[in-house]
Amino acid sequence: MNVLIYLIPIALFMGAVGLGAFIWSLKSGQYDDLEGAAWRILQDDDTPKP
Amino acid sequence: MTLPCCTLDGEYFQPFKLEGEDAARWISSAGPGLKRIEFLVPQANRPESMAHIETDLGALAGVKSARVNLTGRRVTVVYEDGTIEPQALIDRLGFLGYMARPFDPRETGLTKDDKENAKLLRALAVAGFAASNVMLLSVSVWSGAEGATRDLFHWLSAMIALPAVAYAGRPFFYSAVNALRLGRVNMDVPISLGVLLASFMSLFETINGAEHAYFDASVTLLFFLLAGRYLDHLMRARARSAISQLISLSSEGASVIEGDGTRRYVPARELKAGMLVAVAAGDRLPADGLIREGTSDMDRSLLTGETAPETVKPGSLVHAGEMNVTGPITVEITAAGNDTFLSELVRLMSSAEQGQSRYIRIADRLARFYSPAVHTLAATTLISWLILGNGWHNSIMAAIAVLIITCPCALGLAVPAVQVVASGRLFRSGVMIKDGAALEKLAGVDTVIFDKTGTLTKGEPALVSPLMVSTDTLALAAGLAQASKHPLSRALVREVTKRGLQPVTVSDIAEHPGLGLSGTHGGEKLRLGNRAWCGLEEIGEDHGLLEFAFRRGAKAPVLFHFEDQLRPDAAETVAALKGMGLAVHLLSGDREAAVTRVAGAVGIDTAVSRASPQTKLAYVDALTKAGRHVLMVGDGINDAPALAAGYTSMAPSSASDIGRTAAETVWMGESASAVANAIKVSRRTQRIAKENFALAVGYNVFAVPLAMAGFVSPLVAAVAMSTSSIIVIANALRVGLGRTAQAGSARLNADTAPGRKALKDAA
Repeated sequence: MNVLIYLIPIALFMGAVGLGAFIWSLKSGQYDDLEGAAWRILQDDDTPKP
Repeated sequence: MTLPCCTLDGEYFQPFKLEGEDAARWISSAGPGLKRIEFLVPQANRPESMAHIETDLGALAGVKSARVNLTGRRVTVVYEDGTIEPQALIDRLGFLGYMARPFDPRETGLTKDDKENAKLLRALAVAGFAASNVMLLSVSVWSGAEGATRDLFHWLSAMIALPAVAYAGRPFFYSAVNALRLGRVNMDVPISLGVLLASFMSLFETINGAEHAYFDASVTLLFFLLAGRYLDHLMRARARSAISQLISLSSEGASVIEGDGTRRYVPARELKAGMLVAVAAGDRLPADGLIREGTSDMDRSLLTGETAPETVKPGSLVHAGEMNVTGPITVEITAAGNDTFLSELVRLMSSAEQGQSRYIRIADRLARFYSPAVHTLAATTLISWLILGNGWHNSIMAAIAVLIITCPCALGLAVPAVQVVASGRLFRSGVMIKDGAALEKLAGVDTVIFDKTGTLTKGEPALVSPLMVSTDTLALAAGLAQASKHPLSRALVREVTKRGLQPVTVSDIAEHPGLGLSGTHGGEKLRLGNRAWCGLEEIGEDHGLLEFAFRRGAKAPVLFHFEDQLRPDAAETVAALKGMGLAVHLLSGDREAAVTRVAGAVGIDTAVSRASPQTKLAYVDALTKAGRHVLMVGDGINDAPALAAGYTSMAPSSASDIGRTAAETVWMGESASAVANAIKVSRRTQRIAKENFALAVGYNVFAVPLAMAGFVSPLVAAVAMSTSSIIVIANALRVGLGRTAQAGSARLNADTAPGRKALKDAA
């Protein structure tokens, strides 16, 4: 059971990283325009316009 | 660059003018030497507009970046200070075909909504984090961890769960405390009680090294409930931001003439009686007043529902909201602010709203029975366990288990989940519902009342006869008409463009308000206007059509007839509504002949003409008193009181501001089918919401006896709560099924990219 000493902190740390990443993405405005984001991926802005 | 601007609907508009002193308040700093400004751009509602605006504005000298927010219909531009004026950005957007208005996020309620949103999302994230980790530890306990290991896991769970509950539970705790303070009980009371008791009881058990702890139940509950709360909020915020933008665009001002003859721009709310205001042709009046100088025609369709403009001259009384059509006029304001015709209507509206009994949402109606029932059950459990001699500890445990298991997790999700899916569907097809209550009410209507002008019809006349007119005559008449903003002139020009003709250039054009236009072409005198102006005799009968006469030299005059065109699908919509078992009425302020024509064309039997705002209000009130649930559909200022009095209401996006504000649902686009569509979707939504309630209640019927008997272990609680929530969500998703055909046609309409049209118009 000694392995728990490593595993539990690792699990909690990974969870906390996920939470931190989410809060960062929220703060940086990535959830401000959900509809726009869905369309942006379809934009052909990498091909030069004729 | 002051090109005429043209929206997607072909509506001309004046680009917003930044007044010197105002400009600074919209602009914020975005780093050294950089400035940021945000615009509201309601027409930026299509994916195409995103790339269109961003590439175009981004290419302007001095612009660092331009980013469109499609959800909020906003554009944020960052530019180098001093290289480009904000006004140039507005003009450029106008040139592209987008009406833009700078906006201060602090001014509107939008940021408040955004903040609230972010707060709920953060709470949701924290609850999600805690739920997943605590669940992990709980699974280990359930798999057979014992002794010191179990205690360790319980302590770890406590360390994660307690702060998470304290943070993520706040929305519920605050709401519950507020309700209790007012002496009421809402859904949040049993929620808060359940979550808090579960947490403290688990802590107590952990300290004593006991076998069961319910930390996972308390955080999972919060997670599911926050998801429901977030969905509900998302739906309201989405519609609110779209509608508030439509409204904020039109807060206008007027050019006031000072004593020394200079002109000054004054916002509409600062106008006072006695001021002289210059109103150009094509502008709306900012306040009620008397005309001092100039003759013109007034388009009163938003106020009275009449399509034909009325001639006004010095001394005539004009009202706020009317459109000055032909000539520039000077108006002395007789009433502003609280004394206008408009504010009289606003008073009517608010009294109509007060008279209406407040609608109580399904979930709240249920909460009235739910909370007392749950608390009684928990109390009964406690007492019966004590009577049976199980001791305080076990009895309290059983009672708390009942509170946990009945925590309205599925109930809290049942309605928001369905409504958010439904409103998302409707939103994509252009129908914006202000909140969940409006969606619920829409399902309950049994009578639909339509306004005519601008609601069943497009509010813009189109040429109906003579169809066989020589192209020469038509092109000449259009050449004259081009110079005028009169609705009939514009209709004539539209018709000519539609037939692929080019209006002939006419010289010496003069506009004679109240009469018509004159000009010369190739030595011939041309006249376009009313019968008398072109030397025709007046006729007495009213056939419900609008007319314009055209005279070329000494030839016999030609009469053009115009009709206010029906919205596409108007007749089909009325038929569909009748098919759903609804009574359909027509209520218009227009002349009888015109109303009868439209009523006949769309198949409405009950039609009322010449209705004043008061008559409309009384009509709706009378039906309401007779026990009908009325859906009022209208667009005008004159419809506003009736819109407010109706059980629920809808307005097209082309409606007057006050109409859009009063209506609970606003639809975009021309087709009237949105009305039938919205009712159909709302009925389906209501049915599925009720199914969800049945599922949630069914779960309780099954689970509560188990809890009362003391069979609910943390494992059983976790499984039961999660499954019921997932079933409810899965059922909610069904609202979105089976309507892909509708979405397809909406996409087809989107292929007229605004820029392409604007460029074509400009060419």
